[in-house]
Amino acid sequence: MLFNSIGPVPLQAYLIVAAFLFCTGVWGLINSRNAVRVLMSIELMLNAVNINLMSFSSYIDGSIIRGQVFSIFVITVAAAEAAVGLAILLSLYRNRVTIDMESFNLLKW
Amino acid sequence: MNIAYSTELICFLILSAVIISGSLAVVLLENIVYSAFLLGGVFMAVSGLYLLLNASFVAAAQILVYVGAVNVLILFAIMLVNKKEKLKPIEGLKTRKLISGAICGGLLVLLLRVSITTKWNLPGPSSIGEEATERIGEHLFTDYLLPFELASILLLMAMIGAIVLARRDISMPTNKIDNLKNEKSLIDKKIPLLSENSLK
Repeated sequence: MLFNSIGPVPLQAYLIVAAFLFCTGVWGLINSRNAVRVLMSIELMLNAVNINLMSFSSYIDGSIIRGQVFSIFVITVAAAEAAVGLAILLSLYRNRVTIDMESFNLLKW
Repeated sequence: MNIAYSTELICFLILSAVIISGSLAVVLLENIVYSAFLLGGVFMAVSGLYLLLNASFVAAAQILVYVGAVNVLILFAIMLVNKKEKLKPIEGLKTRKLISGAICGGLLVLLLRVSITTKWNLPGPSSIGEEATERIGEHLFTDYLLPFELASILLLMAMIGAIVLARRDISMPTNKIDNLKNEKSLIDKKIPLLSENSLK
């Protein structure tokens, strides 16, 4: 038995959850002072984008599912981004001995 | 309303509640270790949403990559840099949080309005359900072949870049480091970023 796209959950519900996740990620990205938390916020935002892609792929593009392929690429890029971001973070910590975002002003002025 | 529909609805409600409360906790909790574990919970709930959307392959990839790799990487980073430090207070932090909260709230309202008022082209073609994995494989090796290969190159570059960035700079022989320690004048000079700490 296949679930068809006229399920009990409308498309808008998925979009609302994704919008909330994205806004939480943006707020955390701006306000975190711990650099690891900034990376976690970026992951939250990428997940929100993925939820959008997957729900559109299932509801509107159900027979070709290009959205699922796109979300696999997004997952790949997110993994690469996390690895490089944490490596940069470790290198910064080794030089500055802090992970406070306010003290990372090397490139400012 | 038969039982499959109500089960799907209940699953969706539980998963979205976990996602929303978990993401708020990730951002707001003081202890970063709790945040990291809750982030894993959020990733699991998102993969549950993918299962509700008939995408079992992407759900498995989400668990493998996000929970298995990214979250573990974040936990390792926390363990490597976890130092209790007193963050020095900066003025205007409250107003900054309030302003950014207002901006994010406005963005949320905008997104909600767009997603609710737009006339989506529903219902689309019926979902292919369990054939999705085969279809993804066909996509990856026919019309998305170039992005697929580019993704492999990207992963290789990210791996090499992470190794280069995160390794300790041990190429300098130790007697040279000792010589450098004795030279006081080096402190005034421009020291290369990666070997800065090895001089101390």
